[in-house]
Amino acid sequence: MVETYRPESLQEALEIRARGALPFGGGTDLMVARRGYTGNLPQFDGTLLFTDRVAELRRITVAEEVMEIGAAVTMTELLEHPETPDLLREALALIAAPGIRNRATLGGNIGNASPAGDSLVPLYLYDARVELESLRGSRIIPLKELITGVRKLTLADNELLTRIILPLTVFTRTSYRKVGTRRANALSKLSFSGALTLKRDGTIEDLRIALGAVAPTVVRRETIEKSLQGKSLEGLNPKETAQKWANDITPINDQRSTAAYRKQVALNLIAGFIRKAQEEL
Amino acid sequence: MKINFTLNGKETSGDWPAEKRLLDVIREDLGLTGTKEGCGEGECGACSVLLDGKIVNSCLIPLGQAEGARVVTPEGLKENPRGKAILDAFAQAGAVQCGFCTPGMMMAAEALLSRNPKPDEQAVREAISGNLCRCTGYDKIVLAILLAAEKGDGLW
Repeated sequence: MVETYRPESLQEALEIRARGALPFGGGTDLMVARRGYTGNLPQFDGTLLFTDRVAELRRITVAEEVMEIGAAVTMTELLEHPETPDLLREALALIAAPGIRNRATLGGNIGNASPAGDSLVPLYLYDARVELESLRGSRIIPLKELITGVRKLTLADNELLTRIILPLTVFTRTSYRKVGTRRANALSKLSFSGALTLKRDGTIEDLRIALGAVAPTVVRRETIEKSLQGKSLEGLNPKETAQKWANDITPINDQRSTAAYRKQVALNLIAGFIRKAQEEL
Repeated sequence: MKINFTLNGKETSGDWPAEKRLLDVIREDLGLTGTKEGCGEGECGACSVLLDGKIVNSCLIPLGQAEGARVVTPEGLKENPRGKAILDAFAQAGAVQCGFCTPGMMMAAEALLSRNPKPDEQAVREAISGNLCRCTGYDKIVLAILLAAEKGDGLW
């Protein structure tokens, strides 16, 4: 028998989580993972914690150039918010289809920690942080420290992901690209987020690259990015510059794509981002 | 668990496991078979219903999350003038072959037109992007929805 709870306060939710309940946001991953096939109930055991009625988890607030997103905010709600950055918006708009986006939550996409999770790529690029709460208190860590591998989180059994903290950094240009088999309901073969801010003299102030589905977790290498700061954008060779990320792009062969394709396209997308920025100087 | 929700405008309640799929409750327990199961994993849209006015895949909704919600199925939609306009447009445009995707497509049409009464083709295609059709090639379905928007002037 499955026990289910649908609390309306965060305090109550934390109490239920403390008893080891499974957090359940929109269910768009869980109801598939635990499906019982026609005529049978989904295969859950223990306790389910429905988070969709917890007011604190449904809020989006913006203050001082930081957006705080409750973990149970749906993809559609985030898409409809006027201050959601374009890069994140573009990624969310290509997730699944309207029916899924109306239910799927940002917290769930993070919690599922798939290497191909689409919302993760822009979140990593923006240096998003997450708040993890329990009855004992709360801690805030960078998102990149929460996800350590394929479906692996440094989340304690009594902790609940409650907020995503997104700095609303403004860039000169951003670019998102999802490579998939079709326009909707396609799991990414790979995805790309790029952001660039130039100084007035055409040198790079900030360059960020994040890649999805080409490694166990999102690929972002601040050391490479820092090595390009101060360089003239015009002087970069796009292909050679992209090669700097080659060793960190470690995709696999699976039913969606091959490692070779993913790697080549990822490098092409990095080079293309730089080339396009150069063309529009 | 006792669950209460509004189904096609009527207060409905019953004793069901909270994790039971809304799709199964609608079809098996309540006998409303207009909603179809095509894939059971949220990819085909045949199970589309409106939940508080939004299009969702009922194969992914546990009944516990439908507590207190307004649910509309194809049976409910076709009872009102907007549903009738959509039905007529689908028939007129020749947008129905086997008919299996059609209930879901109609729900998607209503979800779109209730937000955007005069959509362009791009908006229509985006609105049905979660609904798969194996027969028609989608073009006539798109035309049907544009036709419904045109002929149903004032309904949305």
